[in-house]
Amino acid sequence: MAIFDIFLLEALLNGVLLGGVLALLSLGLNLIFGVIDVVWICYAELIMLGMYGMYFLYTVYHAPIVAAAAVCIVAVAILGVLLHVLVIAPLLGAAPINQLLATGGVLFFLQSAATVLFGVEFKNLGLRLPVLKAAGMFISYSRLLAFVAALVGMVLVYLFMTRTYTGTAIRAIAQDRQIIPLMGVNSRRIYLVTSALGGGLAGLAACLLVLQYDVHPFVGLSFGPITFLICVLGSLGNFVGGFVAAFVFAEIIALGGLYLDLEWGYVFAFAFFIVMMFVRPEGLMARRS
Amino acid sequence: MLALKSVRADYTTFQALFDVSLEVRQGEAVGVIGPNGAGKTTLMRVVSGLLRPTGGSIVMEGVDLVKTPPHRIVELGIAHVPESRRLFPRMSVEDNLKMGSFMRAARPKFRRRLDVVYELFPRLRERRAQLAGSMSGGEQQMCAIGRALMSEPKLLLLDEPSAGLAPVVVEQVFDLVTRLRAAGLTVLIVEQNVQQVLRVVDRAYVLKAGRIRAAGAAAELLASDTIREAYLGI
Amino acid sequence: MTRYLPWLGGLALIGLPFVYTAPYPMHILIIILIWSFAYTSWSVMGRFGLVSLGHGGFMGIGAYATALAWNYWHISPWIGAPMALLAGALLAVVVAYPCFRFRIIGHYFALVTLALSGIVLQVITATRDYTGGSLGYTPERYQSGSSFYALQFTGKTTWYLIALGVWAAGLYVWHRVDRSMLRYALEAISEDEDGAAAAGVHVTLEKLKITVLSAAMTALAGALYCQYQMFISPDTVSGIAVSLQMVFAVVVGGIYVPLGPTVGAVITILLAEVLRVSFGTRAVGWDNLVYGILLVIFIIFLPKGILGSLLALRRAS
Repeated sequence: MAIFDIFLLEALLNGVLLGGVLALLSLGLNLIFGVIDVVWICYAELIMLGMYGMYFLYTVYHAPIVAAAAVCIVAVAILGVLLHVLVIAPLLGAAPINQLLATGGVLFFLQSAATVLFGVEFKNLGLRLPVLKAAGMFISYSRLLAFVAALVGMVLVYLFMTRTYTGTAIRAIAQDRQIIPLMGVNSRRIYLVTSALGGGLAGLAACLLVLQYDVHPFVGLSFGPITFLICVLGSLGNFVGGFVAAFVFAEIIALGGLYLDLEWGYVFAFAFFIVMMFVRPEGLMARRS
Repeated sequence: MLALKSVRADYTTFQALFDVSLEVRQGEAVGVIGPNGAGKTTLMRVVSGLLRPTGGSIVMEGVDLVKTPPHRIVELGIAHVPESRRLFPRMSVEDNLKMGSFMRAARPKFRRRLDVVYELFPRLRERRAQLAGSMSGGEQQMCAIGRALMSEPKLLLLDEPSAGLAPVVVEQVFDLVTRLRAAGLTVLIVEQNVQQVLRVVDRAYVLKAGRIRAAGAAAELLASDTIREAYLGI
Repeated sequence: MTRYLPWLGGLALIGLPFVYTAPYPMHILIIILIWSFAYTSWSVMGRFGLVSLGHGGFMGIGAYATALAWNYWHISPWIGAPMALLAGALLAVVVAYPCFRFRIIGHYFALVTLALSGIVLQVITATRDYTGGSLGYTPERYQSGSSFYALQFTGKTTWYLIALGVWAAGLYVWHRVDRSMLRYALEAISEDEDGAAAAGVHVTLEKLKITVLSAAMTALAGALYCQYQMFISPDTVSGIAVSLQMVFAVVVGGIYVPLGPTVGAVITILLAEVLRVSFGTRAVGWDNLVYGILLVIFIIFLPKGILGSLLALRRAS
């Protein structure tokens, strides 16, 4: 019984750690949706490219890991801007579903570009971080690091959103797009800043995920769907809702993974999602209207 | 200060303004009155750049507004308080006001302008941390006007400031217009509440079905029987 | 003359295998017909603005249910495929009912269904002890090879005729929906859900009907694909990539015209084949790379699709 409890506790703790990273993922997607009203279906594929970036910079070219991470975050932020300028901006006036499908096309493109360029082999950073032993539990150092970095990232975004004029404008535009020019705000510039921010968050997530997972062209598929479910459950565009939903999902995945395979954790999460839609259709943290 | 010449405006399915010419001089309060659907809000939107006119010219102190990007118009000293207030409902009162001083020139003056606005509306100071959407209609209107004043404008555009407010609050709003004028602000106000607005403005235009049908001093318009009956319905 | 054109075309298609039997082109034709049917199934609901990114899930269910029933319980595909079809329909109800009931539309619906196709893939992978996981799965051969009972045929002609029949049936369903009251209800819903509800349209029910129809058809396409190829893997019949591929082909061909999905299938499959034949194994990934770019370009510049734009052009002139 005592051993069982330790495993349970360990799984719960791992769930919390996973929740931090999932919350970071959903924050980026929510930000884009809240501000630009577009869902980047290819969000997880941007992360995949960031993971490759880390792999090449750190493992192949032996760059210092912090510098590699900084370069990756900036590079994925630039990818986010490019995605906006090349694909989203020309479609801003089109039916919303077309914007969604176009980013689906980008998903296809990025996946196959990675296949063509890097091959389908699994690559990993080759970095062995120690495992932390505490009170009989094994907590991987890389997970802990990812959790802390995700939290720091989110706090930085929070400060940016509340303390700066640009951040305030980002929140404002999500609430009333039409009158925003009256404030002297150039919405096109805000869209670019938001896309860079969303991309930067994807880049940060990439640096953290690559510590724990191998990278391959289809790695995006293993956390993309879960991110979408989190955002829908937390009600798209709602940052707090996404945050809470991320931890709920992470716990389900971690506990599911304790008793069965990790894939089953995902399946349970989806089943939970369907049930929640019956129970709380307006989302986990319904917005007051 | 502001001059509109033969302005036309179209929406996709219908034309909203036909050949509208109008002038606002420095220090004046000018009203535009008329029934629902006359094109009053369209007029305001055309001036502040939310809608591009399809013809005519709009000039503010020598600058052609038609050629100015919408987000630059506020930098010329035009602040627009939109119809039904349009605050950012899930942001605090102070964040709403902060948005009012978003433009570069206004940012260093943020603290000072905040004091000015809070002095004008002590209620807003009390509620500065409250979500704007949770306040009463009157308080929201104050916040919307406060937000516009944050940019230290020369010309204030007020679109139906009395709509949906209790009579006592309406009184306060019109009272405020008088006080702002006394402080040297030029005001262009669009209203359906004809009798009250004519008491606070110097001149007014009567807009109906997208055309200016009459214009004159406020007192004249109030006195003229034909205009009262034909256009104002009072 | 144009009235008889479909019939003449149909006769030509039926007569083809009796004149021409080269195996490789026949194989390509069969594949095109099966996918055309799957794409048509998607467009049955997609044309009403119900953009599902979960059809890879339904297709996977159809393929795997048929194969598993045959291998484990020796249930003939003649029963297994309808069962798979029911399973697809059931899954559609489970996912779509709460979505529609609680007004999960547009972006939200697309994301939920996208997650669905991801999850189906995860389930197939997770149950690798039974399904072979990502390595793929093969229905057992029945005795010598061809068998009506096992729905296994070694000859391409038989398969060609079956695929042709199913494809034609798919078009017929599309046509029936196009002429039905359901179409008006769904068009009203896609324009204005509240308005339609106020006008007495049972929004949830009507949407559910078309979704179940579309999902069941897609599951059938999966079963058919499984029986023809005799090999399925999670990546080829399920998952997000397959879902997006369906949407892509339909968008390229034309979403609002009956033959649009077929044109999309012809273009995408020929493109993939040409790349495969000319570049061999080096072509891995290139076909999807080109698809991805084309999809973006089509949505930006030609949202009606190739056939849709051509027809619009002809109507205009």
